[in-house]
Amino acid sequence: MKFSESWLREWVNPALSSNELAHQITMAGLEVDGVDPVAGEFTGVVIGEVVECGPHPDADKLQVTKISLGDYSSATVEKGELVEIVCGAKNCRLGLKVAVATVGAVLPGDFKIKKAKLRGVPSFGMLCSKSEIGLTSDSDGPSTGIMELAADAPLGQCVREYLDLNDVTIDVDLTANRGDCLGLKGLAREVGVLNALAVTEPTITSVVPTIDDVVAITIDSPEACPRYLGRVIKGINPKATTPLWMVEKLRRCGTRSIDPVVDVTNYVLLELGHPMHAFDLAKIDGGINVRLANKDEKLTLLDENEVTLKEGTLVIADTGVEGAGKALAMAGIFGGLESGVTNATTDIFLESAFFAPLAILGKARQYGLHTDASHRYERGIDPTLQHDAIERATELLLSIVGGEAGPVVEAKSDSTIPQTKDVTLRRTMLDSRIGHHIDDTKVNEILTRLGFTVNATGEGVAKVWQVIVPAYRFDIKIEVDLIEEVARIFGYNNIPNVAPKATLKMREQKEAQLCVSSLKQALVNRDYQEAITYSFVDPKIQALLHPQQAVMTLPHPISSEMSVMRLSLWTGLLQSMVYNQNRQQNRIRLFETGLRFVPDENSENGVRQQNMLAGVISGQRVDEHWSMEKAATDFYDIKGDVEALLALTCDAQAYEFSAAEIAALHPGQTAQITKNGVYVGCVGTLHPELERKLGLNGRTLIFELLLSEVLGQKIPEASDISRFPANRRDLAIVVKEQVSAKEVLQLIEKVGGNYLIDLNLFDVYQGQGIEDGFKSLAIALVLQDSSKTLEEKDITDVIDRVVGTLKTEFNASLRD
Amino acid sequence: MSLDTTTIDSIVAQAETAIAQASDPTALDQVRVNFLGKKGLFTEQMKGLGKLSKEEKPKMGQVINIAKQAVQKLLNERGELLRAQEIKEKLAAESIDVTLSGRGTKIGGLHPVTRTIARIESFFGDLGFEVKDGPEVEDDYHNFDALNIPEHHPARQDHDTFYFNPKLVLRTQTSGVQIRTMEVEKPPLRIISPGKVYRNDYDQTHTPMFHQVEGLMVDKDVSFTHLKGILHDFLHHFFEEEVEIRFRPSYFPFTEPSAEVDIMGKNGKWLEVLGCGMVHPNVLRSVGIDPEVYTGFAFGMGVERLTMLRYGVNDLRAFFENDLRFLKQFK
Repeated sequence: MKFSESWLREWVNPALSSNELAHQITMAGLEVDGVDPVAGEFTGVVIGEVVECGPHPDADKLQVTKISLGDYSSATVEKGELVEIVCGAKNCRLGLKVAVATVGAVLPGDFKIKKAKLRGVPSFGMLCSKSEIGLTSDSDGPSTGIMELAADAPLGQCVREYLDLNDVTIDVDLTANRGDCLGLKGLAREVGVLNALAVTEPTITSVVPTIDDVVAITIDSPEACPRYLGRVIKGINPKATTPLWMVEKLRRCGTRSIDPVVDVTNYVLLELGHPMHAFDLAKIDGGINVRLANKDEKLTLLDENEVTLKEGTLVIADTGVEGAGKALAMAGIFGGLESGVTNATTDIFLESAFFAPLAILGKARQYGLHTDASHRYERGIDPTLQHDAIERATELLLSIVGGEAGPVVEAKSDSTIPQTKDVTLRRTMLDSRIGHHIDDTKVNEILTRLGFTVNATGEGVAKVWQVIVPAYRFDIKIEVDLIEEVARIFGYNNIPNVAPKATLKMREQKEAQLCVSSLKQALVNRDYQEAITYSFVDPKIQALLHPQQAVMTLPHPISSEMSVMRLSLWTGLLQSMVYNQNRQQNRIRLFETGLRFVPDENSENGVRQQNMLAGVISGQRVDEHWSMEKAATDFYDIKGDVEALLALTCDAQAYEFSAAEIAALHPGQTAQITKNGVYVGCVGTLHPELERKLGLNGRTLIFELLLSEVLGQKIPEASDISRFPANRRDLAIVVKEQVSAKEVLQLIEKVGGNYLIDLNLFDVYQGQGIEDGFKSLAIALVLQDSSKTLEEKDITDVIDRVVGTLKTEFNASLRD
Repeated sequence: MSLDTTTIDSIVAQAETAIAQASDPTALDQVRVNFLGKKGLFTEQMKGLGKLSKEEKPKMGQVINIAKQAVQKLLNERGELLRAQEIKEKLAAESIDVTLSGRGTKIGGLHPVTRTIARIESFFGDLGFEVKDGPEVEDDYHNFDALNIPEHHPARQDHDTFYFNPKLVLRTQTSGVQIRTMEVEKPPLRIISPGKVYRNDYDQTHTPMFHQVEGLMVDKDVSFTHLKGILHDFLHHFFEEEVEIRFRPSYFPFTEPSAEVDIMGKNGKWLEVLGCGMVHPNVLRSVGIDPEVYTGFAFGMGVERLTMLRYGVNDLRAFFENDLRFLKQFK
């Protein structure tokens, strides 16, 4: 809520500067977001009166005026002098009180007023519009000419003083519990509490009715509307305008002036924090009925939108003839267009009601609405304030638009009006929650200052405060609410900082559980950069990568490019790759960890949320280097990275790579990784078609791992090392090129026997000397026994067995 | 009579000259052969001993041996010198430009958000706070109701929630992990929970996804002074300097008293870095913990905000653009 500091100071005036005041209320929990001057910086602008006003001889749109400044004198104006000014505003007219920037005046933006000639006629100053002295806010429409000051504005007075422009607008970001501060009355009360100062309330007098007209009021939903006050005012002047002082106060509280009736209701809303509404009396058929909306009932709102009212929406309706009433307004939220006050309205019906927060909560949102009234009713207003509000509004209206007021009619249900509450505060709870002893006297003083009625009993730890909370502090319901109030007023920063004590209990640390950070670090050590991409992605791109997969869609996304939940980390990573390639980055290695979101009926809330680790690389294998070969990165680079990750589990052999087909990947360069037959992840070259569609530059390699499947670590079981020498034998065999390395190695392992302790495929050759469609594999076998030195015969036995089996199984021959 | 050593002396003199002239180990070895070899000059002299008298023989033999030893010593010394020279030359020829860059893989880097989370986990981990995870697609019960934010509560509107449907949301805060933890574990409890949270808001100072670290401690006699103590301690350690800190009353439906914590920025302005408070009795009750017996504090800190302050990052959006030129500044 925005409020004018000087308006606040009419209620309570602590000896603090504006900034000190802002700091004080911030530290009391009313966070100040901004302190802004209400007008631009200017000097030399005084009140004048147009005493002559005639047409300019050579310009249709200009007028030549003489302005009286009363007894004002300055370096450029002599006392009693009539100042000649040429003015272009349409509303400039004889007898008008105006704001005059005299020669020498400086207007906002360091605009200096000098003598000038306009189409040959000399001009000694300028008549100012609101915007020229910085009095407009963004919400105002275009300027409507020069400012029109009140007829009684004293000639020659400085406009800054006259309009009290050395004021600031303080914008306070109120938390949802402090609805009581959504008006000057509540803010002043709070400032009074903080400074131990009494608050001067404006006197609100009951307006004596001068006519008998009433509108009958019935309440069908007393829970939702415990109290409803109404009053008829007849014969108002539809041509009246809102006085400048009120326009200014509204403006400084961020509210635009509309017309006098609306302005008064807004004024009361800001002053007392109590929403009001005015109806055009002529549009009310019969009496007023506060009820829930009927099924499919329609209402055209003040913003000219027609809505179909939902069941459960409270409306103000008229009774009509024979019960055929219609909804006039959405109670506590928004008025209706039909029953609204127009510039032809002469008779009005004024509403001042207490609607229960529960009846209003969430309702405005159902219609996409949020109004000043709904904002307050949702948070709660003072249930005792309706009489004051209607009297205040009547008084202001009569003084501005005239008319005659009827008696106030009240409909209420005592049983549903919130009552003052009794809340108990125990010394033991106060001390244990705060951890710091605030003495009895101080606690008493704080509670009393807050306007609570306090009855203290007991002594020491048995001390108990029985507190009666006034109706306007509807946020105080239970003991901790009081504890917070005591701490808040005492000052959080006056409460000491103490290190907590805790029981020393050792935490479980599973050695067989790798932490994600060690995998991340392994990738960092292999020159990967970690990325974090959004969990919602572009559905079009994701569909390219994961065609035909069900996906969770956000009904109200930030944009269509961020509208579906990711099925893998690939969409984000590949987009980051494109982003970087477009910024001259050629060698890119990125990884990310995070959840993927797969629709799955069997999972909690219908979504499987799995932690993934994915990586993507492209460009050169190594950064360009004076002594390393240039080569584009390929499948075996990224596979090596994945193998390194799996090696951290100390159980790399358990993970099996096998050729697979995955939609987004190259059909001949893709491996899926399984462990005991369960999918762990995959690695491969991105499908060239996708590279093209995504705008990627060159070959892109990608992998993903299900983190839960790669975080198990085998706890080492040591075995004795052999004291006898190992023997290496190299085999070069020729097989058909379709035979995979895995098949060959698995077979050798199977038939190699106990002596075979290590196996390494160290060369693959195709070309001269090898028949087309075949390949030569060079494999090193390391043989060793734990109890003896192997003899040549032992070794040849193994080799013969291996070669023989390879021949039978794969028709392999030894390379010549 | 005295022995005639003229010949020996002359051989020694010849040897000295030859050794001095030998310019490499091969030449030196030839000198050794010439003088000390089987057919060398000294061997010849030894052979000549037979012609001497019985008295002279041993004496002359001794003279020759001494001379041989002297020559051998010279050979050794010269040999050392020549080898040293040779090594020196070899090393000189092998010298390289040590300022050229080395071969092999460079090192990448962690995302700055990860780095901050790791530091926070470390500070609180040392105090026995256990790290907990929670789902990001969350039901409204854990994200709101259990946290004392019933449907239509005005505080819900402040959250700019991404709804899938009225019952299912992208979590707006990590606080739901408090509930999920307390549903299965009972006090004493000390947990922190870092993770992604989501709000439907995108401008210079808001991204629709960001990171929070939630903290919770529930035990007997946990009080507001402890909350203040631990957070002061944390902020001082995180920034490694005595930053100016203030606790400002605020409102969260799931804590009371509630506070927001500001630190004084380098520009002289207060910056909000976290929200916290004493766990609301309704929250404890909703997970079956008696608020008359146990109290607790909870806090939630904005990871990006802390990271920006720590490393001087000016644009929040940089965290999710993943521009390598930005990321590579963090190793």
